[in-house]
Amino acid sequence: MHTWRWSDRFVWAAAWGAGISLCVIAAAILLYMGYRGIQYLRPELIFSRPQASIDQAGSGGFLDPLLGTMLLTVIGIAIAAPLAICCALWIVEYGRPRWLTRVVESSIEIVAGTPDILIAVFGLAVFQLHFLAFASSTTNGLATGTSFLTAGAMMSLIALPPLFIATRDGLLGVPAHMREAAFALGKTRIATIRRVLLPSVRSNVATGVTLGVSRIIADTAIVIVMLGDALRITPEGGVPGLNVLRGAGSSLTSYIYDNSPAGEGLAPQKAYAAAVLLLLFVLVLNLAVERFSRGSLARTGAITAVEGIV
Amino acid sequence: MNPTMTEFEQAFDPPNREQVPPVRTIVLDRPPEPVRPPEQREALRPAASVAGPERLRLEDVTVSYGATGSLGRRGANAVRSVSLSIHQGEVLALIGPSGCGKTTLLRTLNRLTELTPGARRGGRILLDGEDIHDLEDTALRARVAMVFQQPNPFPMSIFDNVAFALREQSRRRPRRPELEPLVIDALRRAGLYDEVADDLHRPALRLSGGQQQRLCIARAIAPRPEVLLMDEPCSALDPISTGVIEELIHQLRRDLAVVIVTHNLAQARRVGDKVAFMYLGDLVEYGTTDQVFEEPRAPRTRDYVRGAFG
Repeated sequence: MHTWRWSDRFVWAAAWGAGISLCVIAAAILLYMGYRGIQYLRPELIFSRPQASIDQAGSGGFLDPLLGTMLLTVIGIAIAAPLAICCALWIVEYGRPRWLTRVVESSIEIVAGTPDILIAVFGLAVFQLHFLAFASSTTNGLATGTSFLTAGAMMSLIALPPLFIATRDGLLGVPAHMREAAFALGKTRIATIRRVLLPSVRSNVATGVTLGVSRIIADTAIVIVMLGDALRITPEGGVPGLNVLRGAGSSLTSYIYDNSPAGEGLAPQKAYAAAVLLLLFVLVLNLAVERFSRGSLARTGAITAVEGIV
Repeated sequence: MNPTMTEFEQAFDPPNREQVPPVRTIVLDRPPEPVRPPEQREALRPAASVAGPERLRLEDVTVSYGATGSLGRRGANAVRSVSLSIHQGEVLALIGPSGCGKTTLLRTLNRLTELTPGARRGGRILLDGEDIHDLEDTALRARVAMVFQQPNPFPMSIFDNVAFALREQSRRRPRRPELEPLVIDALRRAGLYDEVADDLHRPALRLSGGQQQRLCIARAIAPRPEVLLMDEPCSALDPISTGVIEELIHQLRRDLAVVIVTHNLAQARRVGDKVAFMYLGDLVEYGTTDQVFEEPRAPRTRDYVRGAFG
């Protein structure tokens, strides 16, 4: 140790210090939110619907926001996953014309770098177009652009980049001789994709989906702008099923925002309870990512690339 | 067509092969021969080659890669005016220094070179009298199978690896019980069945390197091809596995024509019935193994087989 130069000792100490302080920060967030949240988190909060009330005791639970988060996640992933997977397949397996793949890849990077509030405002503008009125709630015959469907559609843009990158890097990690082996057996490109490539990137797609889900459930701006301001899920129109999709509602994030001192601040205890639930979800999803990526992704080092963009 | 064939086997037997002598159907029910220990091998080898009908005829075949090719400068010919004929019951060994077009020639025979951007082919290649350019590439590759340098089984079970080669050949998707005898037959012919019979559903990647390579051979010969192309099939294997595979090549040549690229002159001498020596894209010498090794006509061949260069 005594042979070390002072600059080396300084960097060594700084590296340790940085690492440990990050752990301390993460632990502080978890402990504080856990302490504030768990004392208010009751099972009945999860299973009861919210009530509009000045009094915190009478404002009900957050069943609707929880269901809203799930619905948004399902819609977002249902749109993003096929898009991202097809896109990655086209870029890696076909890749022609070259210039178009470059345009597509940088477009996805632009989407990934766009702040979610911009995506939300843009989505609102798009879905207020007259011919897209079927997707959202209407007032006086004009589309408001707000509904589960429109918010979910914009959520898919949030989930698409990590999904695309995870799938693309997975495909790039499949060695070329695997494709050649399939071609040499007289397989078409489609059969090779279906039977060889997609099964071998399954863990990458799972990682991408999980990263996408954790981004969707954590997003606030799109919910606040595009989901209306109803506390409960409010169906719109008469068609069962579609009326929920066209209707307004809330998610855990908007519930936390509204009930915390930052919003109307009527039920801070419930905001903490919902926050700790959200934090638990994100933690579980992170663990899931780690588990999935222990497969092929960890070997190719693609996980660092995926996390880099998130 | 053989009336004893099942409906499913007939689906694998396209009508355009009917003019071919029915060698394939005769050997169908041949019991598997055990892989013999090395000391018995030389004795079992027939003195004369068991040449059957001509399978492949190459007329003035020239292959060049464009600017994006991996070999040489723009427009350089990787293979120049090669004419050869390849017979059933014969092993043709392609020898020559690295980068002399052996592998390119091999990959041209099942049109795998077409996957390389910028590759161009001149001359004619006839498979049973039919220009391979007029065949669908997937159909061609089922008839002209290939085994690669690195064992490249798919990350699936042993059964699925072989079944993959058989599936999707016919319009009707065959079911597992129909496939099972065909899979087992292919594994038997590749001399692997006895080693894996206890569990065909274990992952193929858990086999040893030599077993993986024999699995790749089983996969390649499962659809009963007429020609088997082997690109240095033993260069990634230990001497014992190499011996087993050479013995296997020896048995397989009764059913099909074998073309093997090898850097190992001793191996060419052991397994080859005919030897073709390539140098810088030219076919320098072609003849029986004894003739090429004992009394080569070209001085360059003499130098190479005596180890003077390469």
